Amino acid sequence: MENILKLAKKVAEEAEVFLVSSKETPVGFEANRLKMLETSESTSVSLRIIKDGKIGFSTTTRLDDPQALVDMAVETAQFGAEAKFALPTAQAYPQIEVFDPDVESVAIEHMVEMGKALIDRVLSHTPELVCEAGVAKSEGTVHILNSRGGEASYRKSFFTIGIEGTLIRDTDMLFVGESDSSCNPIREFREMADAVIEQLELAKRPASVPTGKFPVILTPKGVRSALLTPLALAVNGKIVVEGASPLVGKQGELLFDERLSLWDDATINYCPASRPSDDEGVPSQSTALIARGVVAGFLYDLQTAAIAGAKSTGSASRARGGMPTPSVSALVIEEGDTPFEDMIRDIKEGLVIEMLIGAEQGNVLGGEFSGNVLLGYKVENGEIVGRVKDTMVSGNIYDVLKGLVAIGSEAKWVGGALKTPPLYLPSLAVASKG
Amino acid sequence: MAGIDEIRQQIHDALKGQDSDYIEVRIEEREASRIQYRGRELEDIGRSTSLGGNARALVKGGWGFVSFNELSGLREKVALAVKQARLVGRGRAGEFEKGEESKLSPVAPVVDVVAPKIKKDPGAVPLARKKGLLDEYNEIIWDTPKIQTSVIAYGDSRRSVIFANSEGSYIKQTKVDLSVRLMVIARQDGDVQQVALSMGSSDDFGFVEGLHQEVKEAAQRAVALLSAPQFKGGEYTVVLDPVLAGVFAHEAFGHLSESDFVYKNDRLKDIMVLGRRFGGKHLNIVDGAAIPGLRGSYKYDDEGVPATRTYLIKEGVLVGRLHSRQTAAKMGEEPTGNARALNYRHPPIVRMTNTLIEPQNVSFEEMIADIKEGVYVKNWYGGMTSMEMFTFSAGEAYMIRNGRVEELLRPVVLTGNVFTTLENIDAIGNDLEMNQGGGCGKGAQSPLPVSNGSPHIRIQKCLVGGR
Repeated sequence: MENILKLAKKVAEEAEVFLVSSKETPVGFEANRLKMLETSESTSVSLRIIKDGKIGFSTTTRLDDPQALVDMAVETAQFGAEAKFALPTAQAYPQIEVFDPDVESVAIEHMVEMGKALIDRVLSHTPELVCEAGVAKSEGTVHILNSRGGEASYRKSFFTIGIEGTLIRDTDMLFVGESDSSCNPIREFREMADAVIEQLELAKRPASVPTGKFPVILTPKGVRSALLTPLALAVNGKIVVEGASPLVGKQGELLFDERLSLWDDATINYCPASRPSDDEGVPSQSTALIARGVVAGFLYDLQTAAIAGAKSTGSASRARGGMPTPSVSALVIEEGDTPFEDMIRDIKEGLVIEMLIGAEQGNVLGGEFSGNVLLGYKVENGEIVGRVKDTMVSGNIYDVLKGLVAIGSEAKWVGGALKTPPLYLPSLAVASKG
Repeated sequence: MAGIDEIRQQIHDALKGQDSDYIEVRIEEREASRIQYRGRELEDIGRSTSLGGNARALVKGGWGFVSFNELSGLREKVALAVKQARLVGRGRAGEFEKGEESKLSPVAPVVDVVAPKIKKDPGAVPLARKKGLLDEYNEIIWDTPKIQTSVIAYGDSRRSVIFANSEGSYIKQTKVDLSVRLMVIARQDGDVQQVALSMGSSDDFGFVEGLHQEVKEAAQRAVALLSAPQFKGGEYTVVLDPVLAGVFAHEAFGHLSESDFVYKNDRLKDIMVLGRRFGGKHLNIVDGAAIPGLRGSYKYDDEGVPATRTYLIKEGVLVGRLHSRQTAAKMGEEPTGNARALNYRHPPIVRMTNTLIEPQNVSFEEMIADIKEGVYVKNWYGGMTSMEMFTFSAGEAYMIRNGRVEELLRPVVLTGNVFTTLENIDAIGNDLEMNQGGGCGKGAQSPLPVSNGSPHIRIQKCLVGGR
């Protein structure tokens, strides 16, 4: 790394080297049985330079030819975007725990046993279910070094377990599943198995809903499925600085339900989305996005913050060593005061939605979501009566989050990047076969 | 470090004497460049290179897979894959009295070098020219009033893969891939509307050079959407243009034909039994990498199996499916050369290549003539499937009234159920077109270059979302 930086400084005003390496060991089950063991090791190095005020960028998995990496970055810099930021100097980073040495020491045999036990527990409820499951451990290091003396490095461990079951009866297919991830080893999976069993129970009977407008409860998974993408785009500093977010210029305005608070947090210990530093070496923080319904902030990296006249929120991320870009780490929606059961009891006719497919294919920038209900239940007179199918729901986050009926009293992590309670929406457009 | 060409002997040595039913090694070298505009600003211009590989081994029905960037110590990496496979094989054997046999469909070993057939090589086009073209398109976008911002993303890559297995195959294939994505965003007051285009090629930079008209129309349409009415959801007669009908073929049926999903589920095998009727006599759906010159085309798949052209549905009846060597062996069918891996970090899985609905003889005018109230949907925005139920979203939607295409609507998402929607196709056009903009995702492997195509088709009673 030092060598790349030295070579780059010879030809550019500023330079930054980003090195990421990881080792991952997943265990995979298919059709209820162990199928594959994997070991993946990868390393990549990226170079960002500022030459004549412009940004050049290159990346490679080959560590043997630093000069080639520098040459590629120089070639692109002649056409590059104007650098509006300064790389960070030496910083103090917050103490955030994201590495647990116990992850590495979990034996492969134990991971195999866990996967088997998880599948067996679910199968004991529904023997004809066909399950895929995965248990994986991984460990990685990130190291950032720049020409202004900035340097950040950390180790991170990661453990994940998940199950997906398919139940086929005639031409009817039911998909159920749960997953969990952490920087600590996960030892307890019974709760996950029981959640899958509950899905199987609730989906046992078919139910239908007519075309029309109905109240809808989004479970935490339902919130992710329907709302996460349009929300994450709306608060992304990149979308904001180009004026494409509907929230542009609305900072300080009350646009959402007064009980709704949303923030992004990269500082929660042992959360898979946490880290002491972002991918540009800016210290991590918690950033308020919606506070009591008021638009409170946006997520920036160095370049977008400079354009917006703001400060980086430590939100720079790089997909596989690519260019940094602002991105959510873990979104958290604050808990309300209504138990899930009370929400159900309140509905005369409506839906509970766990999972949509295709919801992210519409005008997500405009806040819209429209998807087929992959897993969802009909509520009649305060009770869940069965599973709905061949049903589409459509809405817009700027309408539905304006006036919520209630916010759930129990928030849950969904996939390591969102923690949310159930949300009870007054009305969504429903279209169904019938 | 040794380049990809000096590696044949190393692979040979690494495979020798390993105690496994089957082993394969893939080594991959890739060079790519990309340019991305966001609004008026060039956001990202970069180049990348990568070199990596993997070893996959099969022992008593269990697989081991090891991927790496560092090519040295190849023999130890292969040995690790074998060790893992043995562990899985033993774990599986524990569930049975005698253990299990490894089953792979027999394929003759191949030694071959496949060079790409390129009309105009993106690798030979200077970065300045690529950027210049994007500048031209950006000018067109910014000449359109009410445009808030836009994204133009260009990417090209050249990828060489060496495949060798313990049966004596040694294949080197080189492929080029090109893609252009465009998104135009219009805004008025709080309303934001977007239009996206996605295009690609496997052999011709020339296609990137003539997009001026398409770009102009996309920009104008984004603005027009600001004043387009909301659509009321429900069941409608819909007519799909060739691009969207191609996505429909891919989502509605293609994924269900991937037999890695079918082979392990006995109930599904009963449903997907060859000979089952899914649609009318006019319906033929084909997939094949042997169809030349498209983004999903190749000579050998990532298990070294020669590409084919496979009828999935012929005259409305299920007649075939897509296989890897393992799924073909387990189902007692012929391998089709559809095992593909996104890159060296992943094992090959069953994937589509070029998927299409074959043309019939109905003209577009005939197709819409007797529709009293319906929707004409064009262009691709996205698609997704859960196998039984699928969604696909249209880039453009228009009302059809009394046989005429009328006003532009806000974008719509359509949904269907594979067991009823294919039957509801009641007209297939005569104007087959292939769309090369697709990138298919399955598991963690996305986006894989594929192409889809179809003539115009009409579907009765299709569920369309709306507010």
